Amino acid sequence: MRRFLDHVYRLGVKELWGLWRDPMMLLLAVFLFTVSVYTSATAVPETLHKAPIAIVDEDRSALSQRIVDAFYPPQFLPPVLSSLERADQGLDAGEFTFALIIPAGFERDVLARRQPAIQLNVDATRMTQAFSGSGYAQQIVLGEVSTFLQRDRASTTPPVDLALRARFNPTLDKGWFGSVMDIINNVTMLSILLTGAALIREREHGTIEHLLAMPVTPAEIMLSKIWSMGLVVLLAAAFSLLFVVQTVLQVRIEGSIALFLAVAALYLFATTSMGIFMATVTRSMPQFAMLLILVLLPLQMLSGASTPRESMPAFVQGIMLAAPTTHFVAAAQSILYRGAGMTFVWPQMLALLLIGSVFFVYSLRRFTRTIGRMA
Amino acid sequence: MTTTAPAAVARLDAVTHYYGKTLALAGVTLDVPAGRTLGLIGPDGVGKSTLLSLLTGAREVQQGRVLALGGDMANRRHREDVCARIAYMPQGLGKNLYPTLSVDENLQFFGQLFGHDAGERRRRIDELTRSTDLYAFLQRPAGKLSGGMKQKLGLCCALIHDPDLLVLDEPTTGVDPLARSQFWDLIASIRASRPGMSVIVATAYMDEAQRFDALVAMDAGRILATGTPAEFLERTGSPHLEAAFVALLPPEKREGHKRLVIPPLRATEGEEDVAIEARDLTMRFGEFVAVDHVSFRIRRGEIFGFLGSNGCGKSTTMKMLTGLLPASEGRAGLFGRDVDPKDIATRRRVGYMSQAFSLYSELTVAQNLVLHARLFGVPDAEVQEKAQRMAARFGLTQLMDSLPDALPLGLRQRLSLAVALVHGPELLILDEPTSGVDPVARDQFWELLAELSRRDGVTIFISTHFMNEAERCDRISLMHAGRVLVSDTPAAIASGRGARTLEEAFIAYLEDAGARGGALDRADAAGSAPASPPGRDLGQRRFFSPARAWSYSVRESLELRRDPVRAALGLVGSLLLMFIMGFGINMDVQDLRFAVLDYDRTPLSRGYALDLSGSRYFVEHAPIADDADLDRRMRSGELSLALVIPPGFARDVARGQAVQVGAYIDGAMPTRAETVAGYVQGMHQAWLAEIARQRSGPTAAGSPATVETRFRYNPGVQSLPAMVPAVIPLLLMMFPAMLTALSVVREKELGSILNLYVTPVTRSEFLFGKQLPYVVLALLNFLLMALMAVTIFGVPVKGSFLALLAAAVLYTLCATGIGLVASTFTRSQVAALFLTTIGTMIPAVQFSGMLDPVSSLEGPGALIGGIYPASHFLTISRGVFNKALNFDDLRGAFWPLALAVPVILATAVLMLRKQET
Repeated sequence: MRRFLDHVYRLGVKELWGLWRDPMMLLLAVFLFTVSVYTSATAVPETLHKAPIAIVDEDRSALSQRIVDAFYPPQFLPPVLSSLERADQGLDAGEFTFALIIPAGFERDVLARRQPAIQLNVDATRMTQAFSGSGYAQQIVLGEVSTFLQRDRASTTPPVDLALRARFNPTLDKGWFGSVMDIINNVTMLSILLTGAALIREREHGTIEHLLAMPVTPAEIMLSKIWSMGLVVLLAAAFSLLFVVQTVLQVRIEGSIALFLAVAALYLFATTSMGIFMATVTRSMPQFAMLLILVLLPLQMLSGASTPRESMPAFVQGIMLAAPTTHFVAAAQSILYRGAGMTFVWPQMLALLLIGSVFFVYSLRRFTRTIGRMA
Repeated sequence: MTTTAPAAVARLDAVTHYYGKTLALAGVTLDVPAGRTLGLIGPDGVGKSTLLSLLTGAREVQQGRVLALGGDMANRRHREDVCARIAYMPQGLGKNLYPTLSVDENLQFFGQLFGHDAGERRRRIDELTRSTDLYAFLQRPAGKLSGGMKQKLGLCCALIHDPDLLVLDEPTTGVDPLARSQFWDLIASIRASRPGMSVIVATAYMDEAQRFDALVAMDAGRILATGTPAEFLERTGSPHLEAAFVALLPPEKREGHKRLVIPPLRATEGEEDVAIEARDLTMRFGEFVAVDHVSFRIRRGEIFGFLGSNGCGKSTTMKMLTGLLPASEGRAGLFGRDVDPKDIATRRRVGYMSQAFSLYSELTVAQNLVLHARLFGVPDAEVQEKAQRMAARFGLTQLMDSLPDALPLGLRQRLSLAVALVHGPELLILDEPTSGVDPVARDQFWELLAELSRRDGVTIFISTHFMNEAERCDRISLMHAGRVLVSDTPAAIASGRGARTLEEAFIAYLEDAGARGGALDRADAAGSAPASPPGRDLGQRRFFSPARAWSYSVRESLELRRDPVRAALGLVGSLLLMFIMGFGINMDVQDLRFAVLDYDRTPLSRGYALDLSGSRYFVEHAPIADDADLDRRMRSGELSLALVIPPGFARDVARGQAVQVGAYIDGAMPTRAETVAGYVQGMHQAWLAEIARQRSGPTAAGSPATVETRFRYNPGVQSLPAMVPAVIPLLLMMFPAMLTALSVVREKELGSILNLYVTPVTRSEFLFGKQLPYVVLALLNFLLMALMAVTIFGVPVKGSFLALLAAAVLYTLCATGIGLVASTFTRSQVAALFLTTIGTMIPAVQFSGMLDPVSSLEGPGALIGGIYPASHFLTISRGVFNKALNFDDLRGAFWPLALAVPVILATAVLMLRKQET
């Protein structure tokens, strides 16, 4: 046993040297956990940001002018005044997301209490702007109409007020979400990439057969790669969380970072095993890289890191329960945003441990079986 | 050098060449005589290959002048004119061949590049393959030929256009002695039939240089001497060329070199003391028998040599003996015990050095030694001392902190040996340890081996292709096609066949073994090769020859068909991702979990949330008990929304007093939170209106105006119909670009890019030829994705499909073109893959209007979005799928797309180099 641990340790240290002398990989790791996290936090625009709108003003009254003036950046681009036909073409060509049509006689009808209607055309293929933007536009229009009317009489305040409070992220700052989810995505990508590349590199340099001729076992080789590369990614993630997210981006982290890192360690156990597995099924770096893309995208998109899991079809949700990323994302969100402790995240930790063990055992078996052929 | 100087076919004048800071050629001046065979001799890395590639125009001249066939090779016009008269066979077995293509297809491809028509090609191919005994193997893939046959095929490809200058770079390295001798006989017969042809050959085998008309000995980028082989021997007073070469080296290089004498093996302590035993050892890979019932015994302390060509099963046999590969049949024994891959203890007694000099290039010399010592279980206290001792013995003490890659090959080889010996093994297994190392270093290496064997009693099992090394072994085995032909002492093998040399004896054995013999009887076949001028006229079509481009297309599609994994990954990959994204990028919010903390418990308060629980967006959970419960359930992520209705709610509403309902939203996922907020506000407004209506009748209140919102194109505001048409442009950009980039960079990595450098094919022919199959593949991909959109996702095509198809054609031209551009400045497949992924995904996802419309972007993003083809194709795709538009409506998006095609392709052509730098 002592010898086993000694070998795992020595080989792992060798991997660390290997990484240290590979400037491209180091650069990639540093980039991913600093610049990339920073930009993905700051680059996410507000939901409604400079939405292009056209207004067909057939009324040309004081009220309609008031409405036109009420649309301005940053939520909307300054409105383009156009004709009905032109607005239609613009919607077709994707130039505008919204086209507001103020009918002739609008002001007159409002004053006469005839409840006239304004038509708001929305390009509903622009999911990011269509829904929130239409509500916003509606509020703006109705707000302007009622202030216009206030000259006549006092408005009735609604007796019941709705106090909306967003918990855990009061201003709904997307940077909070983006930065942490980017760390998670980077942890996934880098851990798979580093372990897989470490194995493929040995194979391409012919050192794997050398290792096999030595008194070391496949389990030792595999574990050494897992601990060393896992450690690198874990440290990078911790650094990124403490310095980039907390210090530079000023994101308030609710829960315990130590607990998050513990969950991340469990997660890394699963992903590094995946990296080994993928390196055993591919023959070269290019093949590995192709496979990596095909594996990473579903993990990122369907794990709940980019869109809520509830909105996915049930079978997709079911399949994704087998992916470690799903549990890691859930646990990370609970810990970092909602300040949840062990009592809340133990099911995810258990799931990660389970999935990791299955992956590890399976990869080890495949690795042991194929390693002879790799040499 | 006093030989009557014949006219020179090529001339190098003070040529100097650097790779980065490494000097490859140092002011070389040389005349290449016409109508002769000139041999460049010297070990690896002395500049032979550089010299040859400069001569053929494959590499850009840095300093000095290179003249060939009457013109300056630095001049592009001249290169284009003469490239059809030069044939170049690069180093490496079958380096410029396409392994998945058959012999015939390879030859057809080269014939097409040189502009032969179908009949002419058939005639030439048949002649050449008959004369080289390849005719029977026309349908066999080049990758499955033996080393010797690959080289013959390479030669056929080089000769298909009747060159005037034939340049061969180490054509026989790694080929068995028989195939080697056949190869040279073939060259001789071709030369006999075409006396005007000049041949220049580089070789590391000094023994075969004996055949050449003139020799140039090179070392460290300089010419040591020139002359005929006889002059070399005479000048140095050496018995053979290898000794002559050593004698020609500068004194400091020769230092420490002495004639190697290996003392005879002591008549041993009994035949029983066997270190290695193989009995009927067999290895099968599927149908293929790599090692076929091999048997031998090696005594302790013996140096046992293993000879044979590349791929004859030497390495496989060695791997079975070390336990790296489990034998399919038979038994392998070490020290009287069966080899068991799980037996760690036996491994400690064995030192193994593989072909690749298995060192960790990321560890220093000292770290390599220490790591190996530790892994082999050398006690901690002795590790440092052992490492020092090995370093001292192998002369590495000064280099302990260097990285292996910085060391010359000879030293790296010694370090490998030191590493293999650090744990004091009793048996050393060395797989071609001396390939590519210069003669002096090789002799020094053998001195170490002799010492190990004779002084320390280490058994040495070594494989090699060098005959003079084979002669140094106590006993040797000759392997061919997986079988041992003979096993005995070198002297006995030679005398057994009545041969003068070991090499002759081997050739005799190989011929007996059924390797094809008699190269000379086909001299007349080669002699009848057409004397008619080759397709000289083909140099005329300087700019674009559709035939040559087509030959690249045909070849690329053949390769693609033979490598279905790549094509499938492209097709399946994109469909899989479309599926994932269609479902994954979902902005709809459904089944949001909410619960109510109702302090009022009146009918009014209960009715408040009724709207919410009835909606398809929300699912109501058990009521919340108190504040602590609310906090706990929100923290655990169970609830996305919690409503708190204060005590006295109904009473206050009735009295018209201000009252506040609390709505807590989980802000962890901001996008979702915003949507939830929107719904809750809407619900609240509706509730207020309802209350107002109940209070004061239907007409009185209400807003002064209404906004009729019409969600066009996608009335349900659903994600799927909006996302699916947007995902198609993304995937149709990513995968075709990736595959195209890989196809070009693969040629760079494998070496077949040389065919672009040295044949008349132009850059545009090369690129467009390679692009075409991928455009077809991408269009197929598009049709599949469109089908998937309509069937699986149920997103109908409302507009003109023809318009969409036309746009897809333009778009795939752009996408593959972007792949070509990316391929021009990447060298490795991995780099190309990452570059194209980043270069296509980021602009396509972020700047092309997939999520935010291009008109909402600002700064560089807006600029990129404005010109990037994905933006325009996205407009068309959405226009056709969602907005029921046709050609006329989308004219504005077609123009930029059509314009992008020539711009991208021209960029790719301009950036591609037709020479190596």
